[in-house]
Amino acid sequence: MSVDMRTYLAHVELANPITTAAGCASSGRELSQFFDLNRIGALVTRSITMAPRAGRPTPRMAETPSGLLNAVGLQGPGIDAFLDRELPWLAHRGVRTVVSIGGGTVNEYGALARRLTDAPGVTAVEVNLACPNIEDRGRVFARDGAAAAEVVSSVRALMRYDVPVIAKLSPDVADIVAVARACVDGGADALSMINTPVGMSIDTETLRPALAAVTGGLSGPAVRPLAVRCVWQVYAALPGVPIVGVGGVLTGRDAFELILAGACVVGVGTALFHDPYVCLRILRELEELLSARGFQRLADAVGLAHHHPPGGGTRHRPDVLPDPGAPGFGAAPGGSDLEESSL
Amino acid sequence: MLTTRRVDAYHALTLVAPGIAEHLRPGHFVAVAVGGPRSSMLTRRSFSVHDVKPDYGGTVELVFTVRGPGTSWLADRRARDTLDVVGPLGRPFPLPRDPVNCVLVGGDYGSATLFGLADALQRRGCRVDFVIGAESAERVFGALRARRMGETTTLTTEDGSLGMRGRVTDVLPGVIADVRADVVYACGPMETLRGVTAVAIEFDIPVQVSVEEAMACGFGVCMTCVLPVIGEDGITRMVRACVEGPVFRGERVRFEDVGTIPFDAAGAPGAPSASTSPASPGGGGGPRNVS
Repeated sequence: MSVDMRTYLAHVELANPITTAAGCASSGRELSQFFDLNRIGALVTRSITMAPRAGRPTPRMAETPSGLLNAVGLQGPGIDAFLDRELPWLAHRGVRTVVSIGGGTVNEYGALARRLTDAPGVTAVEVNLACPNIEDRGRVFARDGAAAAEVVSSVRALMRYDVPVIAKLSPDVADIVAVARACVDGGADALSMINTPVGMSIDTETLRPALAAVTGGLSGPAVRPLAVRCVWQVYAALPGVPIVGVGGVLTGRDAFELILAGACVVGVGTALFHDPYVCLRILRELEELLSARGFQRLADAVGLAHHHPPGGGTRHRPDVLPDPGAPGFGAAPGGSDLEESSL
Repeated sequence: MLTTRRVDAYHALTLVAPGIAEHLRPGHFVAVAVGGPRSSMLTRRSFSVHDVKPDYGGTVELVFTVRGPGTSWLADRRARDTLDVVGPLGRPFPLPRDPVNCVLVGGDYGSATLFGLADALQRRGCRVDFVIGAESAERVFGALRARRMGETTTLTTEDGSLGMRGRVTDVLPGVIADVRADVVYACGPMETLRGVTAVAIEFDIPVQVSVEEAMACGFGVCMTCVLPVIGEDGITRMVRACVEGPVFRGERVRFEDVGTIPFDAAGAPGAPSASTSPASPGGGGGPRNVS
């Protein structure tokens, strides 16, 4: 029995929930040698900046247990070359494209949004608020709800109404729910989490930091529990907001875990470096898992872990209870479950 | 996987991989997943290919040295184990149209990739001479094979345990002059390639180098294997060794700036036309002095 894998990113329908994660698919062409990009829900681009960026010096990468530290520094062609060459290539093939943008100032994000407004082939815009590489005079937008909201609202105001704006959140904050709420209040149509937490590794042979940039973003299965926790908390607090779950997804089971926590779309990042075909494998495994558990629609599984199994008692107390007044999202079982969880 | 053997200081693995063997050209490389299906090591290890044979539908042989847990795992593989390999990857060595004199220079196990190249060159009627060197005799790879294939073979070791005492770059000018070389091909550590390129520039002959950079993926998505290379238009860009390389024209690689973002590179912090001061307060973001 086939499962209905369609999902919605705000009002935009995706054929399935598997996307690439920002910065892990380069321009898209590299992966298209391995599989048809139309078979995944959407391709998320690397974070596009106004000017071309050479990125950070090497070494940019250090392998850690079940993870990867990287400090690439948003190397990329800049918005002009992106609009000239990369986006038309994707649009021509009909690839659903989520354009990630990164900037050093609110104005730069605004300027990027303005350039993307009339570009054909933009399915959604993801605002990279959290990349630890971005050099912004020491200020990282994602650490502060007000700063993040300012960026989001400036992008939201400039983008076409039918292009959803997704805020990408960092886990390196005291209260991710507060930042998430600020972004939604600022106009974010969806939230993506998590960006990489900042980590560090020291080479004990050379006695120096392993990365030229000293610190870098940690990704891979090592951060998956962090992603599950963030998705869980934000879904519980803002159940009506679509969440793109990202963080260490290697298998269909991992994607399913994020979906149960509340994600309706799942981004695959570091796994792509290991296996260029991984998105299709994850998709197949996810569909098999859903089917084996009797789901007919993916949407029925979104956030399901928040609802106690019927007659299962309250073994785990949810740390944040869903707001009973909030509109239900997707097809998550509604009223009765909310009553049950309000202890 | 077919066989595994020790070759002096190195390990050689032969894999049955018809799809790769069929499409592989000299200079291509492959990316191998290490640690098995439930590995905690997420990045692939990239290796150049020593040998391609038609047996069993097509085999490829990789040569590597144990440097960490990944290569150590690989060295422990045995016949009939399966490996997850992506390839062939990268840009292969360009071959001359005319029969010319070629000097092939290998440092450490970099020489492994040169024999397939030598074969392709000889089939085009090129004369091939080898210069192969390493720190000591057991780190010189393929000396016998080079002697069989090349018109001449010059070996160097830094400790004098095999061939001439010194480095490949010490003997290269003499070899180029003797054989009236038209082109140099080189593979080995970055420092060797830098020296070889300098010699070739002195003789004003083209040089093709195959670089070794740390890569996570091998197919162009991770953006970690970049090095500064001067483009056709004279502009330096941080290019990926895995897709734009690993073979480059030697004189276009800014060897002295590898490991840094040169201030005049496209997209370098502080704009190309701006001052030369590496001002970058964002914590380790500025050019790193490696000299």
